[in-house]
Amino acid sequence: MLLTDAKIKELENKANDIRKSIIEMLLEAGSGHTAGPLGMADVFTLFYFHILKHSPKNPSWDERDRLVLSNGHICPVLYATMAHAGYFPLEELKTLRKFGTRLQGHPHREYLPYVETSSGPLGLGLSQASGMALADKMDGKDKDRFIYCFMSDGELDEGNSWEAFMFAGKNKLRNLIALIDRNNIQIDGITENVMPLEPLADKLRAFNWHVIEVSGHDMKALNEAVEEARKVQDKPTVIIAHTIPGKGVHEFEKNFKWHGKTPNKEEAKMALHELRTLGGKIKSEHQ
Amino acid sequence: MEKLKANISNMLNPKLKLNPKIFDKDVEQIPIRKGFGEGLLKAGEIDKNVVGLCGDLVESTQMNVFAEKFPERFVEVGVAEQNLVTIASGMSAMGKIPFCASYAMFSPGRNWEQIRTTIAYNDRPVKIVGSHAGISVGPDGGTHQALEDIALMRVMPNMDVISPCDAIEAKKAVLVLAKSDKPAYLRLAREKTPIITTEKTPFELGKAEIYWMPEMGLAQVGIIVTGGLMHRALLVAKELEGEGIKTKVMNLSSIKPIDVKAIVALARETKRIVTVEEHQIAGGMGSAVAEVLAQNYPVPMEFVGVQDKFGQSGTPNELIEHYGMGKNSIKEAVKKVLKRKS
Repeated sequence: MLLTDAKIKELENKANDIRKSIIEMLLEAGSGHTAGPLGMADVFTLFYFHILKHSPKNPSWDERDRLVLSNGHICPVLYATMAHAGYFPLEELKTLRKFGTRLQGHPHREYLPYVETSSGPLGLGLSQASGMALADKMDGKDKDRFIYCFMSDGELDEGNSWEAFMFAGKNKLRNLIALIDRNNIQIDGITENVMPLEPLADKLRAFNWHVIEVSGHDMKALNEAVEEARKVQDKPTVIIAHTIPGKGVHEFEKNFKWHGKTPNKEEAKMALHELRTLGGKIKSEHQ
Repeated sequence: MEKLKANISNMLNPKLKLNPKIFDKDVEQIPIRKGFGEGLLKAGEIDKNVVGLCGDLVESTQMNVFAEKFPERFVEVGVAEQNLVTIASGMSAMGKIPFCASYAMFSPGRNWEQIRTTIAYNDRPVKIVGSHAGISVGPDGGTHQALEDIALMRVMPNMDVISPCDAIEAKKAVLVLAKSDKPAYLRLAREKTPIITTEKTPFELGKAEIYWMPEMGLAQVGIIVTGGLMHRALLVAKELEGEGIKTKVMNLSSIKPIDVKAIVALARETKRIVTVEEHQIAGGMGSAVAEVLAQNYPVPMEFVGVQDKFGQSGTPNELIEHYGMGKNSIKEAVKKVLKRKS
């Protein structure tokens, strides 16, 4: 999983493209979540374009790694990344949340079979990922592929999440790697005000998990964290990825109000300008 | 006396090879959940993808039989019913056929949304096994008496709902569900229940069978039963026959898919229906039958079941009598429906 500087540059550009797609999708859809998808764009890009063993042209390939998205509401980033990776045409992103679309407001695997599970109601992904990892362990396939679970910090309020942490720790599921999007916001405000999670890393260690903390925007560090996780032999690993909600668009960053709302035309224009000029680094807007 | 016996053997549908000792005082009684334990063992022998998950109730749900034979395919989840079914959903995504056992009050009682989102919405072949359903749980009291579970599960798209009448039928249901690629709910009871069927009695998803019928002529009332109250219903049918009231008794163990054709045919013949179940009247099997008849062939109906109440501690028999599901209540319902204009 060697990650060269050239590859990092390529991934950063791809993440920027994915952010643009997210803004365009949300503007067209008129409802949905903005901050979470932008905040996780780097993580999704790294996974779909570097880490995951998968085959966009043969999505049901049995040997693929499994990626379970637990917090289904950030699906614009999932859909945009999958489209950029070649699972379906980019044009289809404009159908998000519209009648008859495969891109449901929250992912539904019967509509879009390329997603590993339907999600939206929070706190359910890690249990399903644990079940997948356990099934592979039973079948002696836990060295062939990994089960990844992306989850939000807000959904750690759900008891079901902690039932899953306990279960995976008990069963020493080394093939299970969870990634928490630690962006510190949820609908009603800052996580530490709504329902404090800290000391999060200590809690997870106490549940018999290997814990790694890393920036969710540093491709190199993220890649190293996943490499470290894959080498752990006797426990599941959780990567706490510190992200900035709304990352990439200055106005959206660090304001929890952007959790569950979408940009209007003016705001989208501003956001796209910022993304197209790579945050003002270049003068002309590239497409 | 000899003649009456001959008659009874004709009235218990001979095609179905039911237990000839149904009306004997010493009829064999086995808990319905025991049939689940035996069925799961057999299903596990047939298909290596069958796995068992349990929420800290291995013995009382009878999953111990499977767990002892196949420890590598048994998963102890602890007292965590939300986790129980979501882990099962994940396992099914990798090709397993999971049976998740707990008490019906907790699964599907507590984890309904988990079942909806990760199993039914995903259309995964996970089997939810709710033991200790109904008022006959007895002394544990109202907190543990699941009287709403049929309603909860039958409203869920993609979900099949099976409520066997005895242990032998439960065993067959497990084997059928293990081969089905759909989600399903299997409702079991704790108490010893008289054996109604035999190994040779057919069981099919979506098929209702007439267990009791008049020797000659048409029946005046159709009694539709699900679960462990079947024996009481058959005793009532026999007594009514002595009083000159002809009935047909249907076993509706497959509540979903529901056998519309058989239910409509019964209503066409009898013009009056009584439903019998150990469940709230609201939303249960009787409601399912009412939905079928209201759309296809409306006839007067009476419902035997719990009337919008919670249970309490007591012996199973005391509770069944007190909450209006005993023999007398069934008989009264038949007489009441007979008086109504059809």
